[in-house]
Amino acid sequence: MTDWPLLTTVTFLPLVGALIILFIRDEGNSGVRNIRNVALLTTAFTFLLSLLIWAGFDTSDPGFQMVEKADWLDSGISYHMGVDGISMLFVILTTFLMPLCILASWESVQTRVKEYMIAFLVLETLMIGVFCALDIVLFYVFFEAGLIPMFIIIGVWGGKRRVYASFKFFLYTLLGSVLMLLAIMAMFWQSGTTDITQLLTHDFPAGMQPWLWLAFFASFAVKMPMWPVHTWLPDAHVEAPTAGSVVLAAILLKMGGYGFLRFSLPMFPLASADFAPLIFTLSVVAIIYTSLVALMQEDIKKLIAYSSVAHMGFVTMGIFAMNQEGIEGGIFQMLSHGLVSGALFLCVGVVYDRMHTREIAAYGGLVNNMPKYAVVFMIFTMANVGLPGTSGFIGEFLTLIGIFQVNTWVAFFATTGIILSAAYALWLYRRVVFGALTKESLKGLLDLSTREKAVIYPLVLLVIFFGVYPTPVFNVTAASVEALVNNVTVSIEAANGGMSTALAH
Amino acid sequence: MYQTIVFLPLVGFLIAGLFGRSIGAKASEYVTSGFLVISALLSWVAFFTVGFGDGETFTVPVMRFIQSGSLDADWALRVDTLTVVMLVVVNTVSALVHIYSIGYMHNDPHRPRFFAYLSLFTFAMLMLVTSDNLVQMFFGWEGVGLASYLLIGFWYKKPSANAAAIKAFVVNRIGDFGFALGIFGVFVLFGSVNFDVIFNGTQAFMPDVENSETVLNFLGYQLDHHAALTVVCLLLFMGAMGKSAQVPLHTWLPDAMEGPTPVSALIHAATMVTAGVFMVARLSPIFELSHTALIIVTFIGAFTAFFAATVGLVQNDIKRVIAYSTCSQLGYMFVAIGLGFYSAAIFHLFTHAFFKALLFLGSGSVIHAVSDEQDMRKMGGLRRLIPYTYWMMIIGTLALTGVGIPATLIGTAGFFSKDAIIEGAFVGHNAMAMTAFILLVVAAIFTSFYSWRLIFMTFHGRPRATADVMHHVHESPMVMLVPLFILAAGALFAGVIFHEYFIGHDYEHFWKGALFTLPDNHILHEFHDIPLWAKLSPFVAMLLGLGVAYQFYIRSPETPRKLAGQHRLLYAFLLNKWYFDELYDFLFVKPAMRLGRFLWKKGDGWLIDGFGPDGVSARVVDMTNRVIKLQTGYLYHYAFAMLIGVAALVTWMMLGSSF
Repeated sequence: MTDWPLLTTVTFLPLVGALIILFIRDEGNSGVRNIRNVALLTTAFTFLLSLLIWAGFDTSDPGFQMVEKADWLDSGISYHMGVDGISMLFVILTTFLMPLCILASWESVQTRVKEYMIAFLVLETLMIGVFCALDIVLFYVFFEAGLIPMFIIIGVWGGKRRVYASFKFFLYTLLGSVLMLLAIMAMFWQSGTTDITQLLTHDFPAGMQPWLWLAFFASFAVKMPMWPVHTWLPDAHVEAPTAGSVVLAAILLKMGGYGFLRFSLPMFPLASADFAPLIFTLSVVAIIYTSLVALMQEDIKKLIAYSSVAHMGFVTMGIFAMNQEGIEGGIFQMLSHGLVSGALFLCVGVVYDRMHTREIAAYGGLVNNMPKYAVVFMIFTMANVGLPGTSGFIGEFLTLIGIFQVNTWVAFFATTGIILSAAYALWLYRRVVFGALTKESLKGLLDLSTREKAVIYPLVLLVIFFGVYPTPVFNVTAASVEALVNNVTVSIEAANGGMSTALAH
Repeated sequence: MYQTIVFLPLVGFLIAGLFGRSIGAKASEYVTSGFLVISALLSWVAFFTVGFGDGETFTVPVMRFIQSGSLDADWALRVDTLTVVMLVVVNTVSALVHIYSIGYMHNDPHRPRFFAYLSLFTFAMLMLVTSDNLVQMFFGWEGVGLASYLLIGFWYKKPSANAAAIKAFVVNRIGDFGFALGIFGVFVLFGSVNFDVIFNGTQAFMPDVENSETVLNFLGYQLDHHAALTVVCLLLFMGAMGKSAQVPLHTWLPDAMEGPTPVSALIHAATMVTAGVFMVARLSPIFELSHTALIIVTFIGAFTAFFAATVGLVQNDIKRVIAYSTCSQLGYMFVAIGLGFYSAAIFHLFTHAFFKALLFLGSGSVIHAVSDEQDMRKMGGLRRLIPYTYWMMIIGTLALTGVGIPATLIGTAGFFSKDAIIEGAFVGHNAMAMTAFILLVVAAIFTSFYSWRLIFMTFHGRPRATADVMHHVHESPMVMLVPLFILAAGALFAGVIFHEYFIGHDYEHFWKGALFTLPDNHILHEFHDIPLWAKLSPFVAMLLGLGVAYQFYIRSPETPRKLAGQHRLLYAFLLNKWYFDELYDFLFVKPAMRLGRFLWKKGDGWLIDGFGPDGVSARVVDMTNRVIKLQTGYLYHYAFAMLIGVAALVTWMMLGSSF
């Protein structure tokens, strides 16, 4: 087991699939069908393989596991992979959602199927790579390269304003990336290594930390996205094809949170402590501001996009509470949001495929002829609202209880999110699903097809399962988060202690 | 056994919910109702074993739930007398409502869904009352909220039902906002959310312990033990106010009457709305320690009891009258809680479940009889046509108004429980007790008036319905009447049978410490020793209300209209429920929407995008446009530009070298 490079296999298997697709001629029905089948099989197999990572994961070990290391270009940079309790479940989340994304695009994507599938498979490799990379340069490569397929997916298979959306997306993320690259170079010059495991134990000078922190912040805040750099998200979501939205909401947004946990918090603990009030403010503003904006949206996807921003506010708030409950809650919230928002976008996709509009006003009374759809949409709406018994509750509750111990003002304002989320989510549901079926255009709609059930039902099960029994997740995250919290606390206390002794002298 | 009681309804829900379509409506009804009957019977067994046995409080573990850092909450069932009382209330009423619904809903095409929701509700409610920690309680709390939302909006084609459903959920969420913060506060103060740990950790918070150390920093205030506990209790109480429809979070309850009537009986009268009372009683070990919090609880309760009774005076929808009555009776329960008289609150909760469910199911039977009409102005004269329903409603009214002979043991259920609260208010030691006493007595007059008004308008006088409707009036089938009979028995005898245990001599043996009172809380004994006039006051209030109602609606039916004409403003004020809905709409709903639109268009659109990406790209385009203008294509322009450049360069080099 140890000598078999499992992480590398999981990471690059989708790329192999992409290569195979490259050699399939996409002429005629059989060609296109083959392409779809190869993509589905690849992603499904990758998922099954990735379960071995979970199976082989030692939950008592807070450090990196399944580590693979090889020198790269003799430059000090190395190909270094590994997972710990923080990153491992994101890998699983990615591999789990990809087959669903492929299935969701089965019929809705009819043009350039070959290129579409290749883009998705490449994207999968890059996303898994981000969560596995243990060298900061390698991380940067995966992190930034992931933008390209997404950019293409929105720009080529997107809606009417796809070019505007993809440029906006690119512009925002580019800004953050440049600063992060500068910070990475500065870190290399300071510490002499690009190895994340070594950087984690390296003490960066207190004077340097704020700058490095800010540079990383620029990149992660855009990815999260945090208020006020969130405006690319609604546009990107609206224009992206369904599967693109799913990947974007479920996985790409998590890279920001993951980045905070992997770099900002452990490497620059002093700066993190200093900047925590900034994060709290932005998180609270995000929760209230975007929830209010979501309330007034006229486009289903935009509404869900804005609600994503609000939910990510809970994540950043929890992470920077810097205690066990807050960080574990943040991780859980990210995983849960991956399932729930992904599922919500899939739900939108279901009706979009039938009606080709996302206008809320164009719907109403779907429960009459799509009862199964109404049920699953209700479950995900409730999960989005954070109803106990769904996975949405656990993360929200833990982040709030974490932050309450640190700052009650933040907790107070953030908790208003539970009122606002109920308002916008239920109102959306009412306008789309409830009511009498009066619109002629809706009367012929069919309920979920077998393929759609195969995509959505697993998500229903998981959302409820993890809402009732979240222990499997906490088993994985507990040790690593505990170690992280300890390290950060020790560093901050050491710095404060050093200062007080310095004052005493 | 306890697992069976709690999880049978869940199984019923899953069967009816997942397979309702394939097994058919009949099977769904029988499965869910059958399971509930089993649960109800087992609950009574549990009630007698725990309440009348000698057992200690015990916990039945079920499964792990959340464990993170020092937060540790498991799925577990806590069993003590308070739990079994609630089990009996919830399962009995739920089983009867299930059975009743078989008759009431027999024309509805969505019966499997209806019964699934009812069972889901019951399960959530059972999780709430058996919880052994605050997180599980919150699960049940929100779970019943979900079921309530689904059932209010059950007839999803009606826009008013959908609006009421959302309103119920959102207003409850406002309460839950406080509840959640309260849970966080408890966690900070006691380091746990488990009841055992919390109840054992109260030493430092006792009123006679002097301790000025700051234990909680809440919104900038440094709070010591006592202040912190008060804040936490008030936050928790906010949750209770939402769920139990106390002013100012009561507005959802009357609207919730949009749901089918059995739902109103089960959720919005007997069980869910009493969850707030239950929660505070469950947390009596901490509420009892905060005198300030209890004063506020007393006041809110008394004010709600009064307010709702005034509104109930003039409503014309039969269900709304009973809804306001529920709101008012919940106020009574909170007054008892505020006085530290938790046992009376739970006793009233227990008896109220019977007679209020009876009244609701009875009014359902009336509505059923008059072709789904709910306006009492279009009823009248139904007494002889639906005699069983009539007598059941009379029993419910007798119990609600607390008919009984003072100083004897002859009386209906409400006579024992409601009078105990009013008498308790008279002797209460808290600053609000006397106010509460006055408000409650006045509310009792009103209660009696509107209850009899309902009876007189519905069953007496000349029929005001159309001949067609009157022609179709029929008594309900047995499947609907038998539940009424059982509830009527409870409404008549629950008081006399159980009052010794709940609030009498067998208090200690019955409760076995499930409710906590401080050593100097003697209300249990003091409420007996009050002056005769105070003891008689609820009785007199009841007679007064009855007399006025008789005068207004039997002897001279034109009086009320005349009175309403003379006091038009007051009438409109009451009829429009003190304008709470309009006020909230103006203060919260409209501004939130306006703010949302403003932030979207101006905040995101104009400010962030305008100065962010759109601004940047627009400037880039501007720049390139200007650069393009320089490219004129004329050689001498370029030559001229080059010349200037060379000149500038030479000048710079000459000047630069001279420094």
